[in-house]
Amino acid sequence: MTFLDTFECHSWEGMAERINSKQAADVERALNRHGKRDLDDFCALISPVAVPYLEQMAQLSYKLTRKRFGNTTQLYIPMYLSNECHNICTYCGFSVHNKLERRTLNQQQIMQEVAAIKSHGFEHLLLVTGEANRTVGVEYLEQALEWVRPYFSSLSMEVQSLDQADYERLIKKGLNSVLLYQETYHRNNYKQYHPKGKKGNFEYRLETPDRLGRAGIHRIGLGTLLGLEDWRTDAGFIALHLGYLERQYWQTKYSISLPRLRPAAGVQSPNVEVTDRDFVQLICAYRIYSENVEISLSTRECPEFRDHLLKLGITSMSAGSKTEPGGYSIEEEALEQFEISDERSAEEVAAMIRRQGFEPVWKDWDSVLG
Amino acid sequence: MKTEPLKIAEHTFQSRLFLGTGKFGSNQLMHDAVVASGSELVTVALRRVRLQEQEDEVVSHLQIPGVNLLPNTSGVRTAKEAVLAAQLAREALQTNLLKLEIHPDPRYLLPDPIETLAATEILAREGFIILPYINADPVLCKRLEDAGAAAVMPLGAPIGTNQGLQTRAMLEIIIEQSTVPVVVDAGIGAPSQAAEAMEMGADAVLVNTAIAVAGDPVVMAEAFKMATLSGRMAYEARLGNVSKAAEASSPLTAFLGQE
Repeated sequence: MTFLDTFECHSWEGMAERINSKQAADVERALNRHGKRDLDDFCALISPVAVPYLEQMAQLSYKLTRKRFGNTTQLYIPMYLSNECHNICTYCGFSVHNKLERRTLNQQQIMQEVAAIKSHGFEHLLLVTGEANRTVGVEYLEQALEWVRPYFSSLSMEVQSLDQADYERLIKKGLNSVLLYQETYHRNNYKQYHPKGKKGNFEYRLETPDRLGRAGIHRIGLGTLLGLEDWRTDAGFIALHLGYLERQYWQTKYSISLPRLRPAAGVQSPNVEVTDRDFVQLICAYRIYSENVEISLSTRECPEFRDHLLKLGITSMSAGSKTEPGGYSIEEEALEQFEISDERSAEEVAAMIRRQGFEPVWKDWDSVLG
Repeated sequence: MKTEPLKIAEHTFQSRLFLGTGKFGSNQLMHDAVVASGSELVTVALRRVRLQEQEDEVVSHLQIPGVNLLPNTSGVRTAKEAVLAAQLAREALQTNLLKLEIHPDPRYLLPDPIETLAATEILAREGFIILPYINADPVLCKRLEDAGAAAVMPLGAPIGTNQGLQTRAMLEIIIEQSTVPVVVDAGIGAPSQAAEAMEMGADAVLVNTAIAVAGDPVVMAEAFKMATLSGRMAYEARLGNVSKAAEASSPLTAFLGQE
């Protein structure tokens, strides 16, 4: 059994209806519930009728986040190892037909990047690649993990979907967490965004968190790309997926990311607008639904907005990010995956976190913890 | 006002309030709260410490005269990982004291009794002073004593919940049976609950969330200091019995008449 079995009991239209049919009383019930909120509570909290309750939701989200995570915000940084990719993803700057200089970092370049990143104090590293199995397959990833392992206390990865045995190999090399976004749970339209390449296999991607859970990974990151399909319906499926995973793989931690479609070279603009207000509603709803889920925020969002979001349920943030391979230490610029909105340095972001009365946490894991 | 000191292995503590150091809004605030609490034993998560560096920010803020560090193994899921983490903590922080916590469940952080017992057996042989964090299970507490634990740390409620002494009935049995100090850990959300645990006869309490995320953590730390002390004083002074009604005469033995 995998999540596919659960998923197939729900239709896109059914989920949309479940959300859009909620009434104000459902929102109030969800807000006032003692104990764990269920999927219907979540649907109420992301429904259009919950919009007038946004301030109340924000206050509750703030309180729950502080109780569970304290007055702290974790910091992490992505390192792009490669922008080679054999997929066509209509929204992504790395898409195979995009004319851009392709680069995969070698050991020397990776170590240069490590030195540049370490000079800012980072301990939590996210490794990112495109999907090019011959150049950046499991062997390469294994090798890269081995090279960077001694310098970081936590290693995450955002790469192609892999088999369980591959994940087991990478975990042995020190991989702690994997972020793998479904992009959208709209099965019919998924193919349209991923017309070519292995990523086009919706079911294989949907079952990836199951393979990760079975491989014994410490943390799994879920997410949909905001701007592709109706964000409310996609969020309903994330909540369904999260609920399933928490029961099934109870030793694993979960995080949610909210990548909002950004302009990139040669890619489509968003189909669906996700406003700042929508974004806040989504964060608060996730937090109220799950007091324990980590919510992470990238530099896709602009500084002012990120500063405000800090208090609303976010538990970790990237800072000082570059989204091209070699971006931290090699001067010539290859094309980036997406445009960064928050270009402040890690130090500036840490200072902002402190000004808001939070402690920036650089290290909250250790390689000894497996 | 002095109460009886608390002994754990060769360590003696005047304060019976232990502090957790996570969740504070800044390291300075953590430092100030520890000082205000009068605590002599504070936990520090191995995962938060930069072990390879000379000076760690969290540890340097806890270099306070009279304050001992109690490294914890938060994040490990098995006895094997716990043993490795314990050895690293001992080396990095130069102490045999260890709060053993093994919670494979990352949501409620509930401790795994099987792995905890296994790790205690190994680590006791290696000379650690082990304070295991466990569910309020009286039999497990006895098994841990036998395995060489220096104290036991049963939870009052799920960690971070501020729900108070939900496990009260089990805590009473643990306190009654234990030959090692009983430290009520997790769930204590208000000074009155700390006092309640101390009045029950707990040897100490460990508090973190209730202080760290309070409106004013430093004042709250002091409030917990007073409550813990007051609870202990009440325990040592021997509380009167609780009864619902005034003592009735003796309807069953009155026929015996006055002696």
